[in-house]
Amino acid sequence: MKARLWPIILIAAGFILSFAIPYFGLLDLYVQMILIYICINIILALSLNLINGYMGEFSVGHAGFMSAGAYISAIITVKCLSSASAAWLFPFAVIAGGVGAALLGLIVAIPSFRTRGDYLAIVTLAFNMIIKSVLENIDAVGGARGFLGMDKLTTLPVAFFWTLITIWVIRNFIYSNYGRGVLSIREDEIASDLMSVNTKQVKLLAFVISSFFAGVAGGLFAHLLQFINPRMFDIIKSTDILIMVYLGGIGSIAGSILGATVYTLLLEILRPLEIWRMVIMPLILIFLMLFRPRGIMGLKELTWFVPVLDRINSNRGVKGIRKWFS
Amino acid sequence: MGNRIIETDNLTVSYGSIAAVKVISFHVEQGEIVALIGANGAGKTSTLRALSGMTTYGGRVSFMGRDLRGVAAHKIVGMGMAHVPEGRGIFGNLTVLENLKLATWQRRDKKEVAADYDRIFNIFPRLKERRQQSAGTLSGGEQQMLAVGRALMSKGTMLLLDEPSMGLSPLLAQEIFSMLAELNRAGTTILLVEQNANMALRLADRCYVLETGIIVLEGTGKELIGNPQVKEAYLGT
Ligand SMILES: Nc1ncnc2c1ncn2[C@@H]1O[C@H](COP(=O)(O)OP(=O)(O)O)[C@@H](O)[C@H]1O
Ligand SMILES: [Mg+2]
Repeated sequence: MKARLWPIILIAAGFILSFAIPYFGLLDLYVQMILIYICINIILALSLNLINGYMGEFSVGHAGFMSAGAYISAIITVKCLSSASAAWLFPFAVIAGGVGAALLGLIVAIPSFRTRGDYLAIVTLAFNMIIKSVLENIDAVGGARGFLGMDKLTTLPVAFFWTLITIWVIRNFIYSNYGRGVLSIREDEIASDLMSVNTKQVKLLAFVISSFFAGVAGGLFAHLLQFINPRMFDIIKSTDILIMVYLGGIGSIAGSILGATVYTLLLEILRPLEIWRMVIMPLILIFLMLFRPRGIMGLKELTWFVPVLDRINSNRGVKGIRKWFS
Repeated sequence: MGNRIIETDNLTVSYGSIAAVKVISFHVEQGEIVALIGANGAGKTSTLRALSGMTTYGGRVSFMGRDLRGVAAHKIVGMGMAHVPEGRGIFGNLTVLENLKLATWQRRDKKEVAADYDRIFNIFPRLKERRQQSAGTLSGGEQQMLAVGRALMSKGTMLLLDEPSMGLSPLLAQEIFSMLAELNRAGTTILLVEQNANMALRLADRCYVLETGIIVLEGTGKELIGNPQVKEAYLGT
């Protein structure tokens, strides 16, 4: 009972805090902004972890999906809605951004039917480059100069809410029948087919969910910064997301949360060092990987993120045969 | 003549310009154990891969009277053909129970699934003991049992086994083979691919000998054990 209660108390406390902090000005604006960044980065890391960590593919163009979500949601709130209605309809704009990104995810999923590993990495890399140059060449969204005019709609409660949704959806997906299919693709794709898993369907679904949340993160990002340009979503950004995933540990929700938090904080703490940051940061990463080569969590999961039925020895999603769990 | 579960008609499998299987026709009848023996590279694995839809092929394959051309691999499993691949294809980082559960991915008959766990744990008590263990930590013999158990969990009534004795001590291989005989008595039809001709011939009702993609001999297990050609090439006596 206790185990079930604690997460609920924490979530409620988190929600109250996320409203109270900006309302009473408990933390200064800079710190609030970093908290929102952490939320956005958690969403990004979790969504990429689904593909790279759980499914064992190597996608390196995640910022491409993010940019789709950022631009689509920004166009909706700036060009299609009045300022007053945009505030109310912001969640739908974010969802629309996510859906747009998910459609792109469908397109990238198709090559994953035939190739994997390094080759799929090249495909996703190319996708990232293509979407960036497409955006640079559309004058209607400002081309290379970028797009602005968004209100600051991404507040702390909004970011916190979307982070919770992401954790909840990805957790439930991983521990579902489909999720077990995702893990089996990582383990042995051919055997997975022979075990009656519809691997194409599973891959499609994983890519769609992953890119949807990358798009959501993009929408939140655009309405935090209130200004976006294609360069923000280049390979460097994709690399940042990769680092968060591998730093935290693949195949672990807790890992992605930790990885995103630690990396975001490190970037901020090292900011005063200016150019030296780019020397120290990689060094920290190298040392972390030397001492914890599988990331902070290393394929382990915090019990809170494991559904109660699955907790006994981590039998992911094996329900209805409880009697075999002694 | 019994009921033909699997029937191939001029089956060919090619990889680019290499023809691995060159026009073979064979069949498996309901309730039989059929062995396909041949040296390394004879085309045994390619034949099984064609049957279960894992590779493109020429000619015709039918399963329970249905032409399998164009049917996706995971659908063929759903029809009751279960393929235990070469090297077993165990999901090493998942538990034994998760491995078994994966084979029921498409099954919606929950009650029968629950009964099938009982059945498999009855046949393989060692899997029951180790059900919470990562499959990668099982011994070779236990992994083979898990592979067979998984195939049964997918409601396989027709089992394709690709060298189940590979990497096992003769004693363990014998154990696996007697389990196969047991399964067969309980109604499972088996197509067995082996390099280990001796045991396969003893177990099988009928047997085909494959040499560089062509069936060169066929007959009952007993006939082939007595055949001088087979003795010389496969039994090493
Ligand atoms: N994926 C592949 N690509 C190219 N050639 C292959 C492939 N798989 C098998 N072959 C070739 O096809 C022939 C038959 O292989 P295989 O069916 O694995 O034989 P067996 O299982 O009897 O050892 C061999 O010559 C092998 O080199
Ligand atoms: Mg072989």
